[in-house]
Amino acid sequence: MPAPALLDRRLLFVTGKGGVGKTSVAVALAALAASHGRRTLVCQIDAKGDLADVLETEPLTYKPREVLPGLYAMTMSTEESLKEYLRLQLRIPLLAKIGPLARTFDFVATAAPGVKEILTVGKLAYEVRERHYDLVVVDSSATGHVVGQLAAPEAIREVVRVGAVRNQVDWILDILQDPAQTGAVIVATAEEMPITETIELAASLGSNTHVDLAAVIVNQVLPELFGAREESLFESLRTATAHRKLVGEVGDGVDHVLDAAELAVARRRARAVHLDALNDALGATVPVVYLPFLFARRHGLRTTRRLSAALAAELGIEQ
Amino acid sequence: MSRAEATLRLETLLSAKEIVLTCGAGGVGKTTTAAAAAAMAATHLGGRVLALTVDPARRLAAALGLTEVGNTETRVTPAAFARAGVHPRGELWVAMLDTKASWDDLIRTHAPDAATRDAIIANPLYRNVTGKFVQSHDYIAMERLHEIHASGRYDLIVVDTPPTRNAIDFLDAPDRMAEFFSSRLLRWLIAPYRSRMFTTASKPFYAAADRVLGAQFLQDIAEFFILFQTMYDGFVDRAKAVTRILEDRRTTFVVVTTLDTAPAREAEFFVEALAERKYHLGAVVCNRMLPAYFGDRAGARAAEVMKGNADTLASLVARRVGDRDAMEGVLREVAENYLNYRMIAARELEQLSELTMPRELLVSVPALQRDVCSLADVLEVGRHLW
Repeated sequence: MPAPALLDRRLLFVTGKGGVGKTSVAVALAALAASHGRRTLVCQIDAKGDLADVLETEPLTYKPREVLPGLYAMTMSTEESLKEYLRLQLRIPLLAKIGPLARTFDFVATAAPGVKEILTVGKLAYEVRERHYDLVVVDSSATGHVVGQLAAPEAIREVVRVGAVRNQVDWILDILQDPAQTGAVIVATAEEMPITETIELAASLGSNTHVDLAAVIVNQVLPELFGAREESLFESLRTATAHRKLVGEVGDGVDHVLDAAELAVARRRARAVHLDALNDALGATVPVVYLPFLFARRHGLRTTRRLSAALAAELGIEQ
Repeated sequence: MSRAEATLRLETLLSAKEIVLTCGAGGVGKTTTAAAAAAMAATHLGGRVLALTVDPARRLAAALGLTEVGNTETRVTPAAFARAGVHPRGELWVAMLDTKASWDDLIRTHAPDAATRDAIIANPLYRNVTGKFVQSHDYIAMERLHEIHASGRYDLIVVDTPPTRNAIDFLDAPDRMAEFFSSRLLRWLIAPYRSRMFTTASKPFYAAADRVLGAQFLQDIAEFFILFQTMYDGFVDRAKAVTRILEDRRTTFVVVTTLDTAPAREAEFFVEALAERKYHLGAVVCNRMLPAYFGDRAGARAAEVMKGNADTLASLVARRVGDRDAMEGVLREVAENYLNYRMIAARELEQLSELTMPRELLVSVPALQRDVCSLADVLEVGRHLW
């Protein structure tokens, strides 16, 4: 059975090492889906993340807010998620009595492995199950923590033998483990650490969870300046005769321009090594999507739109 | 010549300090900066210098001769320095933090008796909890730093702090650990399992918690914390000692950032967090800057002419007629490339001038055009810091 198309899934966990543009890519994916008429929710897991900045909007809350037509955004709060869960599942509406519970909650949650994670993943799976949205895109934790999150339901099923949570885990797993519904997306740049972490995470997802790795998105890919023939022509510009002619026509600044081309070629080559390593490690099993480095002003909605357009082209979706 | 270069040199800072912590957003080059600073200190200042790192890139680790994960401190051999063309005055040692092993060491040190020690290490929740609870990576890094510093084995220790989205977490980790162990909430949480006497006040909480998690699971957790509490005094004392070290005037922080918006904002946030806690800020390293020639107007003029007159220029410089069209493409491409990078370089300079930290603390380091994969590369980065 061929893997379902990325945006046809219902729940996408977007992760990646810090600094690779994970949030921008998550928003670009969500915005692309929304612009194709799919009611989309983008949810930030890290309360201190920069999803609101990327969306150029007010600070986000647990309650989703429509930020672009058809695109809703929220930030995860395990405390709010617990309250909602108690109210909906256990029919415990007592907000007053939640007071002491909320105070201890942080301690219980940090102490009890998997509690925060299950409240997070549970809420997201709930939104999918209730069909509140066509697609939920999660701006997940960084590579180091995402496995803990995605593996939590299975871990919980092993430690918690009785109780309401135990009963909830099954339907959560049904959603998480179904590749038609759920997928993980790893964002990387073609640099040593992000690629190493991507390869390790891909392996770790496979061995610690049953969540399907839907795609690896390589962000900020530098353009190829020229092929072999062009490169030898470029080198001929450094010879004494050609160089003298160039300086005569365009001035001394030509050296900076030529140096810059060498810098660009060296950078791209250094990165190509890591892309090869990625492709070797993944084989043909996981689609790899490339997004170009944007020579742009500061990052904001405008950059996100350009990323969305690049994604659409790569995924073969008409804009 | 970058504008910050003349005002501060890490040589001055590292001559006066015993502990340096590098911090900043993920992916800005913290580990390389820490290694480079340590290598330069060992080379020029002498003494025994340790670079303690959390999670180095493979090639950087290999460059430093770090082959095994573990808490072993390894010396970078004089031969390795000689291959990089350097004869250091002192010794450079490197170690990689092993979180799990460090936790086990800590339990062995603080457990009141062998039975408690074994019970904790055998507890199924232990690994999970040490992996997650109260930012245990952050805590353990600071704990190791304290232990190594107290041993008096090194003149200078350079620590690369754990990557964390919330950069200040590790600063507060020792306090939070002490607070956690002395908290009434913890005692309250485990009280019923200790005394089996429920108080009226706590009943609704336990009733709800039992329904959600199951009583058995809560009891497992409580038992674990009851064991852990036997180490209360040791933990609180150590956490306080670690906080004292961070406040000590012999300790300094070096904030590392690139001049992208998000890391720069995080660096500013971090500088504020240090000030609030009265910790010493030694330097702000602006890493991986593009070469200064992108700021040169002559370069921009040349690129614009090359782009505009690519066809005539191509006829002039192509050696064979058949190469003319391809050469025109090359000239355009090369000119466009310069202008593209020039915009990024300009954005960097603007970001640099917008940074709110004191000018005299800024050190700029150019980007290396390759990955750092040898001691010579580490030293090259170091020379820009020095």
